[in-house]
Amino acid sequence: MVYLYRGMREEKQNNIITILTGGAAGDGARSVGGNLARFFVENGFEIFESVDYPSLIRGGHNFSRLSFSDQQVYNDHSLIDILIAFNQETKQLHRDKFTSETIILANDFIEEEILEFGDRAIKLPMEIYANEEDAPMIASGSVALGAVCFLLALPFEKLEEVLNNVFQEKHLAVNVALARRGYQYLEKAQIIYPRNFKPAQQNKEVLNASETFGQGMVQAGLDYYVAYPMTPASPILHFLAKQSIPLGIKIVQPESELSVINMALGIAYTGKRVAIGTSGGGFALMQESFSLAGMGEIPLLIAMVQRPAPASGVPTYTSQADLLFILNSGHGEFPRIVIAPGDAEEAFQAGVDGLNLAWKYQLPVIVLTDKHIGESAQSGQIDKTNINIEKGKIVSEANADYKRYEITDDGISPMAFPGASDAIVKVNSYEHNEKGITTENAKDIVTMQDKRFTKLAEIKKEFEIRDTIKVYGDTTSKIVVVFWGSTKGAVLEAAKYLEQSVKFLQIVWLEPFDTEAVLSHLQDADIVIDIEGNHDGQLAKLIRQKTGIDIKQKILKYDTRPFDSFELAKEITLLLENDQRTSLV
Amino acid sequence: MNFDLSTQAKITWCPGCTNSAILLAFRQAISELVEEKKVELKNVVVLSGIGCHGKITDYVNFNSFTSLHGRLIPTMTGVKIGNPSLSVFGFSGDGDSFDEGVAHLVHAVRRNSDINLFIHNNQLFALTTGQATALSPKGFKGRSTPEGNLEEPFNPLLFALGAGASFVARTYALDIEETKEIMKRATEHKGFSFVEIIQPCITFFDTREIIKEKKYLLDETYPTNNLSVALEKVRENGDKIPFGIFYDTNRPSFEELLHN
Repeated sequence: MVYLYRGMREEKQNNIITILTGGAAGDGARSVGGNLARFFVENGFEIFESVDYPSLIRGGHNFSRLSFSDQQVYNDHSLIDILIAFNQETKQLHRDKFTSETIILANDFIEEEILEFGDRAIKLPMEIYANEEDAPMIASGSVALGAVCFLLALPFEKLEEVLNNVFQEKHLAVNVALARRGYQYLEKAQIIYPRNFKPAQQNKEVLNASETFGQGMVQAGLDYYVAYPMTPASPILHFLAKQSIPLGIKIVQPESELSVINMALGIAYTGKRVAIGTSGGGFALMQESFSLAGMGEIPLLIAMVQRPAPASGVPTYTSQADLLFILNSGHGEFPRIVIAPGDAEEAFQAGVDGLNLAWKYQLPVIVLTDKHIGESAQSGQIDKTNINIEKGKIVSEANADYKRYEITDDGISPMAFPGASDAIVKVNSYEHNEKGITTENAKDIVTMQDKRFTKLAEIKKEFEIRDTIKVYGDTTSKIVVVFWGSTKGAVLEAAKYLEQSVKFLQIVWLEPFDTEAVLSHLQDADIVIDIEGNHDGQLAKLIRQKTGIDIKQKILKYDTRPFDSFELAKEITLLLENDQRTSLV
Repeated sequence: MNFDLSTQAKITWCPGCTNSAILLAFRQAISELVEEKKVELKNVVVLSGIGCHGKITDYVNFNSFTSLHGRLIPTMTGVKIGNPSLSVFGFSGDGDSFDEGVAHLVHAVRRNSDINLFIHNNQLFALTTGQATALSPKGFKGRSTPEGNLEEPFNPLLFALGAGASFVARTYALDIEETKEIMKRATEHKGFSFVEIIQPCITFFDTREIIKEKKYLLDETYPTNNLSVALEKVRENGDKIPFGIFYDTNRPSFEELLHN
């Protein structure tokens, strides 16, 4: 038998170390993970850290998984090099991802574990130290930070710097003391985990897509953010609320998602740049008003952070199942823009572009993300220079003859705001004439619908200057892997395992769809594989609708966990192999 | 008056509709407020929900925003938050704000944005040809309740006071002068103003004779700053029905707190 596409690299990569920190909710596993992320980036490494937690406040099992390397890490790995366990359960739940080298740091071990793991079971007295230092139990995680610092032969001063930035003054001294004791404990035992790669980056920082999206919007002149709490969209709300004073923005949390979107439409009507954020259930509630943003031609940026559905679904896990819902949302027909960033750096750009495009074209823009990038951390860089605030077609001087929906060549009417001039600005949810007055006249109705869709032709001119798609890997390859959103991370990380040369095609703009560009990459391909975090292969359906190309090979995941890059590489390899065998028959 | 407050839109309310009286009272109220320099014409924003009342935005030559059914109140709030120098007037119906949008109403009252809500209370859905609303009386026979409405109505003023409204008034559409005065008082009130306008639907539920018989005005000795008195007064609904300003108190508006 001929296996043309046999090659795959080994799962354990020499320049990647993965640390899993786990415990019950409230143990502080996620904050240890966050501090490790800062620590490794501070030391000059690249990182990717994901968090996994159930929908509860105390108990359950939470974990953070962080991979660091001298090369960019697009997704965290599942093989565990170092396990920090705050409870017994953590040691049991992740056993299948241990290697023969895995080091386990825990308060205690049962006898069988000591027999099995020997020297690799390190009884780190986190609880005892916390008690001795009169610290709350949640601070015991700092002992683990210190221990990891020594274990990986990294300078303690860097850890101290990180702790300095993280903790308020009253908690700082005790956390540093605990970290030092953790460091000294391993120093005394002289346990070092082999690391054969050196730091390689400078000037990178820990980025999270919720925060970078928020920063992007602020850079593009955000005035107001309105949201109702909903996992996993709330991190955007929390980030902006915490910094609303220095950032100069106003935060409003009204009584429901219905109130959120209508309040935002009222705010935008006064000329203020506003964004809202929610997840699928919340956006489902907003449908009628979303349609009003289209009818009223009201600029509105919406962050739609997906979580598994239907209904309440699985709140704290991830999904890409709302793509077709978003593309078809709102009753009636009206233009919209839908952009799906694949990581924290792209989320920043989506925040900038989203707000600018909403104002430039006077319509709703959706930035579609999900829990995986919304709550993960990665090393990266954001360039805040050269950011334009595109205000759109705003008129500051207008008289009483002003027409809010004036017919123009490009479909975009000059926009005036109430109180700013003598213009009388009339916005209407009913079909309306140029002045904004209700109409039922058949000719006027067609004129207005055509006007709104004229804007779509204008928007397509953006294709020339925006990244509607991105191409990675071997751009000449006839094997094309196509994906969108947060799946980018796992796909690019999976590429590290593939010996076969593959072209990777990321669709960033989902509406309007850059048919020509997508077609240019797919039409001559020998094999196309679609990879998505949903059941139906929604991107594949969209591609078929837009290009006529029917993608038969799909890798779909809807267990609500992010893709694992090694598993994904195996599935890609298997598909390529099967495809080859089929074509030989 | 040297400005034109009407538009080219053809008025499509039923001939003799009591909504026309509300439109007239409002135009007069704004004219006087502008002449008294209490309001700037260019800062007036009129919003409406959906229902017969909602047509009013087409009939006023002011800035306007015709919102969705039940979503008027958050839209008004957004306009005021976005630009606190605007004078924001919302026209709503009993179906619009006590059925579809009641959750927004109760929170708007609590939030105390400096906006003015005028409820056209005709005690039924009129534009959809006569079904019961949350303010229709029990036993009301409409197209959806031919055997009589099974549900008790809200007392809208008690509802508003209970939620913490800082300005609560009732007026009668056909008493244009009184309605105009109450609209002006509501405008001058800093905070959320709740005004119930009894607006008999002459086509589906004509209560003009009953109102004429039962209506009386609160006299000058009535204390508008006493919540206990107000709570008692708004529950009067026997042989006589009181009209006027039931409660008027000051507390900081949402915008004052947000923009401070």
